[in-house]
Amino acid sequence: MNRIELVSRRTFLGGMFSAGALVLGARLLPIEALASMSKGSTDHAAWNPSVYLGLETDGTVIIVAHRSEMGTGIRSVLPTVLADELDADWKRVKIEQALGDAKYGSQNTDGSCSIRDFYDAMREAGASARMMLIGAAAEKWGVPVAECKAQNHEIVHAGSGRKLGYGELAALAAKQTVPKKEELKFKSAAEYRYIGKDVPTVDRADICAGKGVFGIDAQMPGMVYASIVRSPVLGGKMKSYDDKEARAVRGVQQTVVLPGFTPPHGFKALGGVAVIADNTWAAMKGREKLKVEWETSEHASYDSAKYKQSLLETVRKPQKVVRNVGDVDAEFAKGGKTHEAEYYVPHQSHAPMEPPAAVAEFKDGKAVIYAATQNPQAVQDTVATALGIDKKNVECHVTLLGGGFGRKSKPDYVAEAALLSKAVGKPVKVTWSREDDIGFDYYHTVSALYLKAALDEKGRPTAWLQRSAFPSMMSTFSPAATSASAGELGMGWTDLPFDIVNHRAENGPAQHHVRLGWMRSVANIQHAFAIHSFVDELAQLAKRDAVEYLLDVLGPSRQIDLQAPSRLAQKYPLDTGRLRRVIELAAERSNWAKKKPTKGRALGIAAHRSFLSYVAAVVEVEVDNSGKIRIPRVDIAVDAGKVINPDRVKSQFEGAAVFGATIALMGEITAEGGVIQQSNFHDYPVARINEAPLVTHVHLVPSDAPPAGVGEPGVPPISPAICNAVFAATGKRIRELPIKNHKLV
Amino acid sequence: MIRLKVNGVSRQFDGDPNMPLLWFLRDELRLTGTKFGCGMGLCGACTVHLNGSAVRSCQTLMQGAADKEVVTIEGLHPKAEHPVQQAWQQANVPQCGYCQTGQIMQAAALLKQKPKPTDADIDTAMKGNICRCGTYQRIREAIKSAANKAPASVPTNRSGRTGGEQ
Repeated sequence: MNRIELVSRRTFLGGMFSAGALVLGARLLPIEALASMSKGSTDHAAWNPSVYLGLETDGTVIIVAHRSEMGTGIRSVLPTVLADELDADWKRVKIEQALGDAKYGSQNTDGSCSIRDFYDAMREAGASARMMLIGAAAEKWGVPVAECKAQNHEIVHAGSGRKLGYGELAALAAKQTVPKKEELKFKSAAEYRYIGKDVPTVDRADICAGKGVFGIDAQMPGMVYASIVRSPVLGGKMKSYDDKEARAVRGVQQTVVLPGFTPPHGFKALGGVAVIADNTWAAMKGREKLKVEWETSEHASYDSAKYKQSLLETVRKPQKVVRNVGDVDAEFAKGGKTHEAEYYVPHQSHAPMEPPAAVAEFKDGKAVIYAATQNPQAVQDTVATALGIDKKNVECHVTLLGGGFGRKSKPDYVAEAALLSKAVGKPVKVTWSREDDIGFDYYHTVSALYLKAALDEKGRPTAWLQRSAFPSMMSTFSPAATSASAGELGMGWTDLPFDIVNHRAENGPAQHHVRLGWMRSVANIQHAFAIHSFVDELAQLAKRDAVEYLLDVLGPSRQIDLQAPSRLAQKYPLDTGRLRRVIELAAERSNWAKKKPTKGRALGIAAHRSFLSYVAAVVEVEVDNSGKIRIPRVDIAVDAGKVINPDRVKSQFEGAAVFGATIALMGEITAEGGVIQQSNFHDYPVARINEAPLVTHVHLVPSDAPPAGVGEPGVPPISPAICNAVFAATGKRIRELPIKNHKLV
Repeated sequence: MIRLKVNGVSRQFDGDPNMPLLWFLRDELRLTGTKFGCGMGLCGACTVHLNGSAVRSCQTLMQGAADKEVVTIEGLHPKAEHPVQQAWQQANVPQCGYCQTGQIMQAAALLKQKPKPTDADIDTAMKGNICRCGTYQRIREAIKSAANKAPASVPTNRSGRTGGEQ
């Protein structure tokens, strides 16, 4: 699940298309697969120039959405790319959600990579099909290909004005040779009809009508409902249980014991006792009446207050060097002015509005699944292993996701449904309560970070030391993992873009005690918080303007060689000029230069590159006499390369400002005795309409650079920008999140 | 036996009178547009109209809904063209969309009570509805936009139900 794997998957897909879409496409998606997707079968001369596309003889274009829809619009936006290159009429395009299947390449909708990994493939598929349609029409009319062109679902012959619809040409086009990749002719930007335009998502109307089907809404005939009690401490085995009262609850059918997992926990079902009932309510009521005793586990020692101290102690001592430039120690030894600070970010919970839910039926050696999942192929793997069947016998239907944020890449809840279906011989819907969701998440990690700088007479750093400690999400797959992975460190820690001669990054060990996972923007959250809080501290110490200081520390426009995997680094070099540009843009649009801080009202800035996108945020904060915070305005400047759907991209950054505000203001998960202390939105609050930024203005930098990520990179700069604004407004420096734990006045 | 009307249709229920209305709608009637989010009345995803007022269906027991009229998102407008639904589409409010049916029901109740809500009115009425995707600014924009539309486009009967229900 390391993000670096995405690079190799991308290579795989790239290779597939460079060899010619049809050949490999045909091998990966047999014609029968497409035929079964279309209404008829053999009498429909359906054809498929690529994995992602079908054209029926009635002119319906079927585009397979192989990525999961959790609110980014990807299920609609990727297909618009294909439709545009195909010159298809969007109204005649039908989107089919793909089942989980390795033939699609990676379907793990995660890591803000759907557009950047599949944009080229979608264009190639669309252009291939368009050229084959043109070839077919030219052949039918007996005219040169050059005299024909595609125009809104038709091929037109320039000289005679003759026209043939795509449907009429489907069978003929299927006999055309698939163009080689180097022969493909793409549309010019001026010819785009959908790319770069605000095409509404295909799900918008259904959602507003209450017809959108999420995982929790899925139904199967004869389905029963399950609610599961799990060990409050990770890995605690069940000692005993008494289900007498539970079984007496009206509507309860039976209880089922799910065995505990064998480490690593991975995506496995946690185990526990399930109550099976006629409806969700009866299952939940029955579950309340269950009496279960648990053994303790090694993780019962987990206490957040103590653990925080141990992390802080770790970062106060030298740790493993993960990046080194120049000689930090020599610079510190000169005895000049220095500044140091410690930061802390607690665990966070994803808390998607739809808690984890899935329906499964295991019958005749096969499993049929309906699930809100970011990763249907992981569902196949996980369910197959849980049931002891082959992966190909797991059919995973992907519903809409009521939020994901990384939580729904981990299909433990789907494994629960599958195991329960096997046990009761009926389709089973598992619905997690909010208490289950917040109490048994794959949490964002907890971290301590230490920074120290030596400063010249202008207050500019001549040496910069940064040290972190946090349990790694790799512990989910390898319990022995006690140091951060390269993937986690590459998210804003080992890729510091500052122009500082002496720089060293270190990372210390930390033991996991709860399930950990990636949450929207992952390790960038704590890295950006610490680094950009510290930059702001240095600017304040130097009595310099925070924007001017940040630009100075960033240094001149240049490309930084991070010795990253070469393909990615070549296509997406770290370009400090692009980071400068978004800082300048955010400052300009927020009116930074003119809005000087006053008591109780100020701006704060932070800028961070993540998921290959450059983002700067200026946040305006008001703190009233009682210490209450309001965020009247956020300006986010974004260079995400080429943007396919500006409205959906803006919405991602509007949402990221709210997500980031939750982390800054109130997000905190703690444990005592290994047990998570929060359970629902009263003690794990998330930003509401009166607490979230009132308005977020998103400023997109026009760019022809390759598309980069947009789902996550808006989050990291928000919490430091808020805290920097709080400092400017109140003089209180927040080094430990969340802000709710501090008195501001 | 509990009798009630849901989207204008008479329904009856002889199960646990303490079952929240939410689960009757979702599991019995299969009206899944009403969502489960917290089970404690903290998030608003389950908002429906009970005799014309917005309530949390996870906190409304079946016995409390007896002899009352319930309108869910499916019954807000026969063609899903309530001014709030239209405004939601125009502003491209939904991201994942899960909370939006509850948001729409809450906003529709607000506008019935206060046809021209201020920002403070919107905060007060909508702060019980969580959106984890963070669509709040578009929710605010859509409410204001719906408020500026002629409300006469949706006929309303005495009980506050929309005119198109059966």
